[in-house]
This record gives sequence, structure tokens and C-alpha cells, in this order.
Amino acid sequence: MASGSLSDNPLLTSAKVVIAGGFGVGKTTCVRSISEIPPINTEAWMTAASEPVDRLDPGIDKTTTTVAMDFGRLTIDQDLVLYLFGTPGQPRFWPMWDDLCRGAVGALVLADTRHLEGSFPAVNYFEHDIDLPFVVCVNLFDGVLTHPLDDVRAALALSADVPLTACDARDPASVARALLVAVEHTMARTGGRAALASDPRQSHQWRQHA
Amino acid sequence: MPTYWKVRPYVLTGGRTRTRQHLLVHTLVSVPYYDAVFASGLLPETRFLYEQARRTRSVAELSAVCGMSLGVTRVVVDDLAATDRLRVHSDQYASPFDYRLLERLRDGLRQLV
Repeated sequence: MASGSLSDNPLLTSAKVVIAGGFGVGKTTCVRSISEIPPINTEAWMTAASEPVDRLDPGIDKTTTTVAMDFGRLTIDQDLVLYLFGTPGQPRFWPMWDDLCRGAVGALVLADTRHLEGSFPAVNYFEHDIDLPFVVCVNLFDGVLTHPLDDVRAALALSADVPLTACDARDPASVARALLVAVEHTMARTGGRAALASDPRQSHQWRQHA
Repeated sequence: MPTYWKVRPYVLTGGRTRTRQHLLVHTLVSVPYYDAVFASGLLPETRFLYEQARRTRSVAELSAVCGMSLGVTRVVVDDLAATDRLRVHSDQYASPFDYRLLERLRDGLRQLV
């Protein structure tokens, strides 16, 4: 399954899950553990957004800076690959988050219980700024859950309809399980809508099940 | 590994920032048939991208291996696609929330758990 390059199949298509969360929360570790290629870290975006913040010296005419992102890849089938994109950390790069989230299947917001506040901006973004199903996942740094998930939910003021799970970002199976929660949440949240776009009968069936 | 700018970005883009079609970061791109003569007539940066796309890659991967920002990569990809030199893989599903797509992702991930 794992291979360096993709097949030449012209029907090969791709999907994407966004991995968000504060700085140092384990986004890159998470991508690295499950990606079949080494995670690609790239300075992808040129932006003038940091100009007032990152001004080096009044004499230096620096109007743009680059913003890094990292991503990995997972082959699901011969004609389907899943990309995992880590978001650039700083809140001031949110226009890039919009770009990154466009066309995504869902998002996984990683949280570190030692500094939960680092993930507040990401949770806030997905709750209010964009219509993309997301789940929150506590990264178990030493493989142990130090706080009950209910406490974490309360601390994040997370609404009841957002799934909260935990994973060990170093463990591929654990990351796969977290991604599975994200995909299943998107299915539950959008089942009717999505089926409607493709086949009206399917949406009818889905509503009956629901 | 990445190559860095030898020319200013606007030489490649002509100052354009928009593309004819929507190129997402994970949109797949490939070269349908490689034409060495065509490649030799391209600007070095465009040529490098054209050569890198001989293997199917996403727009973000092309941006990374070519050392080009995403915006410039999108315009260059779009230009090459407009003359059918690059194939932009079309979505096989109506939306990222297409139930069939989600089912396939779910089943694929279950095998890794």
C-alpha cells in the first residue's frame, strides 16, 4: 500500500483532512506517524499579513513573509489518496486556513491538556468561522489521559455535538482511529446534504435511518 | 532540494493571481504525455514544474518540490492545463461530503486501526 509515488491512473482522486491545533500540540508528529511519505514542510504562502507584526527595521522594506505548512499522504485505494494538512499555527495566518480548509472532508483539532489554551483559537475557528465538521482530539503525550474527557470538554466549552476523542500522535493506528472519528462525524453531520447532491434517494434512506 | 527563485514571480505569472479553475492544495495534477521539445522551450521554473508533474502530484507537493509559493504554482499549473500539457484530475465525487467518498475513506481507515 505504502509507496513513494502515486499511480499514473488518470482517475486517481484525492481527499483531504485538516489537522489543526496550537503550536507544539503534535500536528507534525500526527502527520508523520501515518503518512506514507516523509511529511513535506514547505513555505507555501507569501503574505503581507505579518508586515505590522514582523517589521524588522524601519529601513528594511520587507512587505511579505512566507508561511510554512506541512502535509502528508495516505493511499486509501488504487484510485483514492487522502492528504493530511497541518495548519500554520499563528492566528494571524487565518486567511491561509480558509484556503487549506476549502474542499476538506473534515478537521481534527489536536489539544494538549498541559496547555489547552493553545487550541482555543482553532476550536473557535471551526465553531464560528467556517462550515466544516470537526472533532477535537486530546494528544496523549505520555500515552496516558491525565484529565477525564468530560473535564476537557468543559474546559474547551465544547458543544455536545462535537465529538471529543484521544490519540497518541506517535502511533499510526491511534491516529487512524482519530481520523476515523472525524470521517464518521462528517458522515453523521452531512449525510443528508451530501447524498442529496449525488442521489436524492440516498438522502431519503439516510433520513429514515437517522 | 527545492530550487529557489531565479526570476521574480511575476515573470511566470504575468502578474496574475487568479486561475481559470479551482485548484485546491490537494488537487492532483499529472502530465498526460511528456513532450521533451515542448519542455525545452519553457522558462526554467515552469519546465521544472512540468517535469516534476510527470509523476502524479498534488498542487501542494508541486509547490514544495519546485520551491514556488502556492499562488504562483496555481497560475503556472493552470496555464499548462489550459493547453492540455497538464492534466488536472477532476473530482470523482460531487462534493467532499459525498457519502460514497466518506464510506470509502472510513473503510480504508478502518484497515489501519
